Amino acid sequence: MEVLKSDSLPIRTSEDMVSVRTSVRKFATELRFGIVDQTKIVTAASEIARNTLDYGRGGDLRMEALSNGTKRGLRLIFTDRGPGIRDIERALTDGFTSGNGMGLGLGGTRRLMDEFEIASKVNEGTTVTITKWSR
Amino acid sequence: MEHIPILRMGSFLLITVQVDMHDRLALQLQDDLTERIVQHGSHGVLIDISALEVVDSFIGRMLGNIASMSRVLDAQTVVVGMRPAVAITLVELGMSLPGIRTALTVERGMEILRGDVENSMQELEAEEPERAADGSSEV
Repeated sequence: MEVLKSDSLPIRTSEDMVSVRTSVRKFATELRFGIVDQTKIVTAASEIARNTLDYGRGGDLRMEALSNGTKRGLRLIFTDRGPGIRDIERALTDGFTSGNGMGLGLGGTRRLMDEFEIASKVNEGTTVTITKWSR
Repeated sequence: MEHIPILRMGSFLLITVQVDMHDRLALQLQDDLTERIVQHGSHGVLIDISALEVVDSFIGRMLGNIASMSRVLDAQTVVVGMRPAVAITLVELGMSLPGIRTALTVERGMEILRGDVENSMQELEAEEPERAADGSSEV
């Protein structure tokens, strides 16, 4: 797998989330994703970025434009050094929330993307990696 | 402080969201709108989201809050102009915007709001004669 292009962005304020949406949209357009996939990717990015900000006390996003020979892909890696998630399975369930949201964030995002990985250590932080491949 | 403009047209309030709202701006809109409903005694709120390329769960929740708050303040809300890709994404995300009335165009949205106001007027008129009758029998 080849990384064609990459970029990083901070997620520290609610204004940063607007930049995240704009930059992710730009990457997705460049990779020639259709309008529905673009919308799903940007929405997924927005959901995870909000988690990074609200629960992870801020962090960073790394965007990677990928090629595996036949397909193009967009991989988004969100990293924070927040409190971590104790029970990941539970956090992925629709309706689960530890904050003031509706608890659709993680479970809903998983449905919008092709690949979804989450790694978390209590008191060290959380990394969420989501990927979408061209059809 | 940034604000999303709210236009008043008769007994309705119109909002066209034309920027990608950050969270505080969305919350500000909720506050501004409820204040304006009370200030003008508005009966309907029309929110045009045709310029929005993304509606995530936060914005979806805000639209639901606005609809609920308006209802409590005796105003109906209609959300118009949702893009097809946004509709697909919201449903897959698990948000079907329950409790929010939608219409495809501003025109259809206005028809719905006008229809609501007319209906409630007719209900009021239908109640009036009874009150008059009660009043006269007491005298």
